[in-house]
Amino acid sequence: MKHRVVITGLGVMTSLGKDKDTFWNNIITGQSGVSTIESFDVSGYPTQIAAEVKDFNAEDYMERKEARKMDRFVQFAEAATVEALKDSKLNIAEDTDPERVGVIIGSGIGGLGTFEDQHAILMQKGPKRVSPFFIPMMIANMASGHVSILHGAKGPNLAPVSACASGSHAIGDSFKFIRDGEADVMITGGAEATIRPSGLGGFCAMRAMSTRNDDATTASRPFDTGRDGFVMGEGSGIMILESLEHAQKRGAHIYAEVIGYGLSADAHHMTEPDPDGPARCMKMAIRSAGIAPEDIDYINAHGTSTPVGDKSETKAIKLALGDHAYNIAVSSTKSMTGHLLGAAGGIEAVICALSLENQIIAPTINLHNQDPECDLDYVPNEARKADLNVVMSNSFGFGGHNASVILKKFEV
Amino acid sequence: MSDVLDRVKRIVIDRLGADEAEIKLESSFKDDLGADSLDVVELVMELEDEFDLEISDEDAEKITTVGEVVTYIQSHT
Repeated sequence: MKHRVVITGLGVMTSLGKDKDTFWNNIITGQSGVSTIESFDVSGYPTQIAAEVKDFNAEDYMERKEARKMDRFVQFAEAATVEALKDSKLNIAEDTDPERVGVIIGSGIGGLGTFEDQHAILMQKGPKRVSPFFIPMMIANMASGHVSILHGAKGPNLAPVSACASGSHAIGDSFKFIRDGEADVMITGGAEATIRPSGLGGFCAMRAMSTRNDDATTASRPFDTGRDGFVMGEGSGIMILESLEHAQKRGAHIYAEVIGYGLSADAHHMTEPDPDGPARCMKMAIRSAGIAPEDIDYINAHGTSTPVGDKSETKAIKLALGDHAYNIAVSSTKSMTGHLLGAAGGIEAVICALSLENQIIAPTINLHNQDPECDLDYVPNEARKADLNVVMSNSFGFGGHNASVILKKFEV
Repeated sequence: MSDVLDRVKRIVIDRLGADEAEIKLESSFKDDLGADSLDVVELVMELEDEFDLEISDEDAEKITTVGEVVTYIQSHT
């Protein structure tokens, strides 16, 4: 028996808000979370801007002795999980069987900050001064690990590492565990914290990021002719998925239903996109949802604001949907949030759930001169009321990993 | 004595999140103060830095309480 899977809780830690309501309000009013990097001295870096989570205090969400043993990306994941569980009103110990509660939280890179700090100690002071927490803090699966420990979630637990597709893979895999009856509840999404010298330096070296340092809030401009690369973000987006029976039994609020999941590989190049892979991914998601391409109303695009990526995704959408691509809305909320890498799929699924709940499409901001090769309706600059039934969230990662998740307005 | 104890206490409070009131000379790091094996390794490193001494792995294994740490430090500095 296949189970229906619904979304009952949302939590975010982002540059545009540390709670769902603030975040959503900023998204539908078209705010940018991008500014000059404050957490370290960026002079000398070609890119000096990012979407940082400002004034984040981990101890607002967990005990100090726990927070000390976590990389920032794990702290973000745990903080967003606390918010999502609160939102879902789910008490794992009391409302459910903990052995049927799983956790899948993806991260593209993991504990980069911890790696940097400990590597510096290793070089300066030698191997005897390296922290015993170096490895357990740094490894990319530790968000899933810590969340299970702190919340007593004893079910399926793992962490996809598929670069910028990690968050969507996490949600898609979680959907399958519930659908197939292996879990009743999944805590899922993505987390990332790579706004550090090595993260910034590494992406700068790839010439992948915007250098619009003097105009930070307009730097992320997907589908615009003036786009010059992505803007790095950090944070976490977490959702609580439940089987419909489980959610209904406890009278949970249902934001939306997860109905489809597709995944594929470009099998093409480490970093250069190829439209064929994402197109096959979207088609697989549509097939798995048991719907027709014409049923899609809106796509939350990967849309990172790189010159090549946005064109390639536009082609992919047309390959997957045919002429219907011209009937739908496509927006990139990375224009506001920046690119949260492995957490992107997490916060973008949250946005999709809130879009269905509120029947509003989030805009692509900073879109004033649309690239002729990007010829779809990208919902420029202002949110739009719409009759939304089915929406898709796309995530594509270095390595040629693609993931698409399809959500539907919940109807009994 | 009191100076060494205060400095040890400060590290234990910071690293293990223990309440000052519950830190006694006879408190065991693992049994009373909630330390796990990694915490103990880190604690030993902190103590080495704080008191500028080297604690061998062999010695570190024998130190299990706050009082044993204080005694060890006093006899090695």
